[in-house]
Amino acid sequence: MNSILETCAADCHPASTPDFTPTPELRALQLQRLQSVVARSWQQVALFRSRMEERGLLPDDIRSLADIASLPFTQKSDLRDNYPFGLFASPMKDVVRLHASSGTTGKPIVVAYTQEDIAVWSSVLVRCLAGCGLHRGDIIQVAYGYGLFTGGLGAHYGAEALGATVVPTSGGHADRQIMLMKDFGVTAMCCTPTYFLHLIDRAAELGVDMKDLPLRAGVFGAEPWTESMRRHIEDGSSIEAFDIFGLSEIIGPGVGCECRRHDGLHIFEDHFYPEIVDPDTGAPLPDGTEGELVLTTLSKQAMPMIRYRTHDITMILPGKCACGRSMRRIGRIGRRSDDMMIIRGVNVFPSQIETALLQNEGTLPHYQILLTRVQGLDQMEVQVEVTPQMFNDKVGALQELHAKLQNSLDRVLGIRVRVALVEAHSLERSEGKARRVIDRRTS
Amino acid sequence: MKIHQISLFAENKPGHIAAPIRLLEKEGIDIRALYLADTEQYGIVRMIVSDWQKAAKTLEDHEFVVKVTEVLAVEVIDHPGGLADVLGALDQTGINIEYMYAFPDVRAGKAILIFRFADPDEAIARLQAAGINLLTSDELLKD
Repeated sequence: MNSILETCAADCHPASTPDFTPTPELRALQLQRLQSVVARSWQQVALFRSRMEERGLLPDDIRSLADIASLPFTQKSDLRDNYPFGLFASPMKDVVRLHASSGTTGKPIVVAYTQEDIAVWSSVLVRCLAGCGLHRGDIIQVAYGYGLFTGGLGAHYGAEALGATVVPTSGGHADRQIMLMKDFGVTAMCCTPTYFLHLIDRAAELGVDMKDLPLRAGVFGAEPWTESMRRHIEDGSSIEAFDIFGLSEIIGPGVGCECRRHDGLHIFEDHFYPEIVDPDTGAPLPDGTEGELVLTTLSKQAMPMIRYRTHDITMILPGKCACGRSMRRIGRIGRRSDDMMIIRGVNVFPSQIETALLQNEGTLPHYQILLTRVQGLDQMEVQVEVTPQMFNDKVGALQELHAKLQNSLDRVLGIRVRVALVEAHSLERSEGKARRVIDRRTS
Repeated sequence: MKIHQISLFAENKPGHIAAPIRLLEKEGIDIRALYLADTEQYGIVRMIVSDWQKAAKTLEDHEFVVKVTEVLAVEVIDHPGGLADVLGALDQTGINIEYMYAFPDVRAGKAILIFRFADPDEAIARLQAAGINLLTSDELLKD
């Protein structure tokens, strides 16, 4: 233990001890947990068992960590196809929490937690926050959305477990966020990076200089962001900005986080086993090579995920972090292997937009998605070409159509988007689906 | 009695009305009346033209979204009270106007009102019963 505590910098929290587990010990723990989660999934989850059978595999065939490559992948579509509870490995009486995120067809993706899962989730969040130099005595404002989205409650439980004082503002109401930051002497902020940029701008308009506040750290996630955004945030507020990573399917925020070295995100791999695979072939790729991140939950009870395809493109950074943590790091995520967009922290697929348009018109009009960033906030405009079937010479009828499209998009996506009716054949035609998205957001 | 009106969808951007008008001009189609109903984002261009079938085909061939609707035309003397008399008589009939617009016929010293009703046939019957004179397509389009 002594050596661990010596390695551990002064800002280290006792809960961070697992971050420094010697590598051989960590690998042994991972193998033991992998074998156990595979056995449990095989027993409890019909889909996993049938896929194992297709490959002629039994849980006992997993004898080393390398054997993980023989296991079947899990895709987001598997969660959708088994909506709502088909992938649970625990009986409902043991499930203490359900969260949901937007799916691709209007039905959400459901995730479940046992009491033990909630405890693990809190513990990894504590390790995230401690790694950012936060501790008991800090006042942490959580401006991620509370509710079905995992961001708010995830960060909340972690910050409480750390022993910090939590200000659960949830999202929105920028003026009130700024007032509370100032009046409560908030020292750390958890929200999306674009929302924090917006708060910096809004604070300036209100005559509040973020640099005068006790605020010293920001833990930003739920959407990809860049080094230039980090500089922008840090210059505008005199705080230290940390990138936190997570996804609901795995647990929520807290799968990985930067430490104070800001040299990649440590994955808490005693609970979440990372692999990088070729996004086209699924073949495992070595550390230091870019590919798709695949995650396996090693300790999750209610809803284990074996080899979940995140579609996030990154690499496992070779070598050890100067902080001394043995947890391997991934590079910051900049792009995805699918067409998913992240708008103000909410996942949006073009297919959801098609679903909403189809619901209204019965046919799919030509459309285009325009992404912009206004005052640090992502904006999405769906431009829809007016077809002869949709057109009417009465203004009221067109406005009604406009409102109908607007409402069904809001309903399916769960976020506010702008709908613009445009002239037929005015939008660019191209073959690939991805070209339907014009991304003008600049970092 | 029914007049064919052509409507076009146009975005509220510079140049978006000129293009279709130029097309009609090239085909030698005369625009007798034009009215723009607009919102912040888009507008609806409504036109009465000399040859509606040719106009609709020309515009559709150029990928414009066109709608042809039947409207009614009423001629009033262009002097104070002329319009009020017709609208008063219309009120009496109890039929609802979906929209209307007016343009002057300077040479004849008259004004022409264009009305869109939900049921044009019923409107014709009631307007004629109320003694309102409706123009035929030929009368409206005569040089």
